[in-house]
Amino acid sequence: MAEKILAKDKLGGFLEGLTSKYEVYAPQESEGKAQWARLEDTDKALWEFSNTHMSPKEFFFPQSETMMRFKNVQDGEEGMVMHSEPGLGDKRLLLNIRPCDAKAFQVLDLIFVQDEMTNDFYWRDKRENTTLVGLGCSDPCPTCFCTSMNCGPHSTTGLDALLVDLGDKLLVKTLTEKGEALAEGLADASAEEIAAAEAQQKASEEQIESQVGMDQVLSREVMELYEAGHWSRVQESCLNCGTCTYCCPTCHCFDIQDETSGETGRRVRNWDSCMSWLFTMHGTGHNPRGTKLDRVRQRFMHKFKYIPAKRGGEVGCVGCGRCVQLCPVNIDVRRVVNDMNA
Amino acid sequence: MEALVTKIREAAKKLLSDGTVDCVIGYAQGTVPMRDYPYFAYTPEEADNLTWSPFCTNNLANFLIRRPAGEKGKVAIVAQGCVSRSIVGLIKENQIARDQVYILGVPSPGMVDRRKVEALFPMKTITEVTVDGEDLIVKGKGFEERVDQKKVRRDNCYTCVQRNPVIVDELMGEEGPSDWGGNIDAVAAPWEKLEPLERWAAFEDTIKDCIRCYACRDACPLCYCHVCFVDESQPQWCGKGQDEADVATFHLLRAFHCAGRCTDCGACESACPMGIKVRRFTSKIEKDVRELYGYTPGLDLESTPPLSVYRPNDPQEFIK
Repeated sequence: MAEKILAKDKLGGFLEGLTSKYEVYAPQESEGKAQWARLEDTDKALWEFSNTHMSPKEFFFPQSETMMRFKNVQDGEEGMVMHSEPGLGDKRLLLNIRPCDAKAFQVLDLIFVQDEMTNDFYWRDKRENTTLVGLGCSDPCPTCFCTSMNCGPHSTTGLDALLVDLGDKLLVKTLTEKGEALAEGLADASAEEIAAAEAQQKASEEQIESQVGMDQVLSREVMELYEAGHWSRVQESCLNCGTCTYCCPTCHCFDIQDETSGETGRRVRNWDSCMSWLFTMHGTGHNPRGTKLDRVRQRFMHKFKYIPAKRGGEVGCVGCGRCVQLCPVNIDVRRVVNDMNA
Repeated sequence: MEALVTKIREAAKKLLSDGTVDCVIGYAQGTVPMRDYPYFAYTPEEADNLTWSPFCTNNLANFLIRRPAGEKGKVAIVAQGCVSRSIVGLIKENQIARDQVYILGVPSPGMVDRRKVEALFPMKTITEVTVDGEDLIVKGKGFEERVDQKKVRRDNCYTCVQRNPVIVDELMGEEGPSDWGGNIDAVAAPWEKLEPLERWAAFEDTIKDCIRCYACRDACPLCYCHVCFVDESQPQWCGKGQDEADVATFHLLRAFHCAGRCTDCGACESACPMGIKVRRFTSKIEKDVRELYGYTPGLDLESTPPLSVYRPNDPQEFIK
């Protein structure tokens, strides 16, 4: 909505202001890697990093999330009555989130919040009470392919504000009312500064070498892709572990269970994975995704065919490259999608 | 290294063209640095994709038991010392038949732990790593450095008991000395100095980053149960979430399940996306089994795995 300028020598005060108003989280160095953590010391916020080791998905979709609690007794008025957990409450802010991760949550909005019947309180509450301040990516990894996935190193989708590092100052692009509020009091950016940010965006986009084709994937019939021969090669080395799904910012499968311990009980939602045999196991003993091939194909078909078909062309991948870096057997999503597109 | 790659390719081509095997399981060069991956060659042409490097850290024995149904012909497999020991274990446990696998044995030079290389360049992105003799040449944006491979080997390659393949149909390369073995007790030793409560704290600290993706289990050739206990749902033995007790239960049971069977190949650690030192548990149990029963898994086809038999003179200290 507006472009403002924040001088780096005023950054400390700006961040102090944020931490006094919000619960601020930011990527910080831990064990040689960029990892998300509560920003206690504003000097510790990272400004130069490629991407965080794990995605910030946990902030909106925790790996284990208590949804409701109950008293585990059959008799008595309070027995087995579900009580919902309180919402997020205090305002939270994620600072220096990469545009690809922010875009991922906008994709998940389309899945968790669709209509009155599909309106996930737990997801929506955290989304509404969290402000996302992005940091334009000037150092993409060799595994990044965001520009092929309706995204990019300076994509603004899903963000409240985007920061672009201009050396001794930051350009603050405000995108929502929440973002505007953050930039209150900052001076407007000059035409030169806006041009410098645009040049940086172009330079970052040009640094991304990996290109993934999607035109054939989108135009082909579902069954043609489903029955393609290359899946048998993709599944050969797949371990069917859940690493790719757990590090992915857009993977969102879950399992809901009731857990009891003595007289207390809770209903909890845990991450699950299409790689898991149990995920699709029926009570009858039948498993519609009984083989490794069925399971590994599901992950790619879901992201690149089923989600686009159901969600108006949106892709269930933002090209962050984490799965390429962390797959124990180097199954490379870029290669798989290019095979689907061939 | 080049000569070894050529030899593996030539051997694979011959086996595939004369019909000795349907498939050769080896390694191919990965799409990211330091990641050669399991590759399945079905034709002599595909055998040209096979490679060999210090980045061959997956245990290929895993794929002898995870082959798709219907593919039950004879296969060849590229096997360094640890992989051959896993194959011995799988034969002893009747998971594969000796005559169904053709072993292209490779004496292992010791493999590289990519995390140790990454740790030398904190917060930097490595774009290319090549091998130059004993050194690695590591390139990234704005830097290029030489790293001595000896300093970045996988932990289990330092403590390896047998780098030469123990069963072989065709040997690729020269065998190394038989006393090449390291000291696996070095991994177990720290536990033994700790009091029980300290041990528990060290255990909890080791698994604190676990995300329960099960890559350690799925990369392990010993973890071949049709249904793993954590995937049992009737009854459910172990909760599925991040509750500390459930995460601990998974690691404790998996480690004990591998007692007297684990060959310390390190595939679990190489697979873990969170860098968890999974071998800390299995190594201590390996030491206990060795000291109690005088048994080291995977070294020969003849001896009987101690936890599969009962003998009246078995030590009973643990139930005192």
